[in-house]
Amino acid sequence: MMHTETSDNHAWRESKSALASAFAFISAVLVVTPLGLVFLHLLIHGASSVNWNFFTKLPAPVGAVGGGMANAIVGSLELLALAGAVGIPVGVLGGVYLAEYGSARINSVLRFLADVLNGVPSITWGVVVYGLVVLRFKGFSAYAGGLALGLMMIPLILRTTEEVVLLVPNGYREAALALGVSRWKTIVHIVMKTASKGIITGILLALARVGGETAPLLFTAFGNRFWNHNLAEPIAALPLQVFTYAISPYDDWHRQAWAGALVLVTGIFCVNVLVRLLTRGRGAPVA
Amino acid sequence: MTPPEQSVVERLQERTPPPAEPQVAVSHAFEIRNLSVWYGDKRAIDNVSMDIAANAVTAIIGPSGCGKSTFLRALNRMHELVPKTRMEGKVLLRGEDLYAPTVNPAIVRRRVGMVFQKSNPFPTMSIAENVVIGLRLNGVRSQKFLNERLEKSLRMAALWEEVKDDLDKPGTSLSGGQQQRLCIARALAVEPEVLLMDEPCSALDPIATARIEELIHELKSRYTIVTVTHNMQQAGRISDYTAFFYMGRLIEFGPTTKIFSNPSEPQTEDYITGRFG
Repeated sequence: MMHTETSDNHAWRESKSALASAFAFISAVLVVTPLGLVFLHLLIHGASSVNWNFFTKLPAPVGAVGGGMANAIVGSLELLALAGAVGIPVGVLGGVYLAEYGSARINSVLRFLADVLNGVPSITWGVVVYGLVVLRFKGFSAYAGGLALGLMMIPLILRTTEEVVLLVPNGYREAALALGVSRWKTIVHIVMKTASKGIITGILLALARVGGETAPLLFTAFGNRFWNHNLAEPIAALPLQVFTYAISPYDDWHRQAWAGALVLVTGIFCVNVLVRLLTRGRGAPVA
Repeated sequence: MTPPEQSVVERLQERTPPPAEPQVAVSHAFEIRNLSVWYGDKRAIDNVSMDIAANAVTAIIGPSGCGKSTFLRALNRMHELVPKTRMEGKVLLRGEDLYAPTVNPAIVRRRVGMVFQKSNPFPTMSIAENVVIGLRLNGVRSQKFLNERLEKSLRMAALWEEVKDDLDKPGTSLSGGQQQRLCIARALAVEPEVLLMDEPCSALDPIATARIEELIHELKSRYTIVTVTHNMQQAGRISDYTAFFYMGRLIEFGPTTKIFSNPSEPQTEDYITGRFG
């Protein structure tokens, strides 16, 4: 008890505490402010152009009224599906390997490499796939774009999967193995099932992350002003379309770019909300 | 029904009745010869030999770190899950060497079930799913067979009356004592020959403990039970044979009545009377 403390000292401590709280609060506000500002800015500039046409029409030539980004929205979804086909199985199985198998030394090397990959600038993935796929098959394609995004997803999913699988209490593994269940079945049916919410969260966050990427698509998917239903051809993507419109000199294209960015941010926001809802559910031992 | 399914069912049914054929004097489930187990360089079990009687309860007692749990886990090869373990000696179950190079540890564990200190029903599964998951993952598909085994196992674990209307509720919604009986039902569902119990009551209140003890008593007519316990009174109440371990060695092993009333080794007496441990 501090009744004997001088009131001076006490006041000084109080003010130090208040100061620290204030700084923490200001920092928190500084973190959240840009998000609010970005969203507000996008709403002001883009909201007027987000209409039915935007979701249903192809891009219009300069000067023509109307026009939208339907092909880019569908193209982005197609690219994400291709990316998922590459990134999800490799990332999830790799993460399970790190958590369940392998020797400590090899795993620490793999973990380090995955972290390095996570830090690789996204344009590098575009260049790599340009060299490996685009040059070899002599053309930009949805496949190349999907591969570039998929490669980016692998280390993201791998690390989150590893973390949530490691969180599954060992008692469940032992209980299954003690029933005479094989190691592999234990991992798939018990461990991965228990960690499934966490794994799905990791996948969704990785999809949201690469869904907004432009750089890896510049020389892989390339972009397309028209509908494209052939995955071996160049394909449009929302961030790519925003990029192209934003650096153009035309006002109506600028408005379209704002609208595209607004739709993109809203989509990513929705995925994050979905993740929140998923991980909040009852009986989530691993979140 | 396809042939492979049938064969699993048959295999499980074949070993259902414990052998009634007369064997020499007391029939032994396990014969353990010169068993030693190491974790890395640390020797956890030191040259233990003993015979464990079939259809009886054998209690393993001893102070913390004496190798009780390791010994128990060596009986169904669960200790192998820890990296860098090594064993020497022989463990025979009904004459079969559990460590023969051709023996798959998963098959050993199907024959020698285990219940753990902390009840661990699978959190993503209902009560019913928890009980039959072992059969499911071992390839049984017939829903009729699974339903029969579900009721039978829950009845044997003395849980059926309490949960029969809530089979679809999560296993983790049960009370602690019920969860532990659910885990016993889950272990019984694959019809093992032996049930290993690693301090099954240490996390339970006295009433739940009494129910489990009662259950152990009922189960011994059908199963060989080996249980680790910290609780001297419990060992006295439930077991037919008691083995006292100290620092990885088997100090004394014999009928529980003798160990508790007239131990031959001074260390055993000291431990039982609470002078150390």
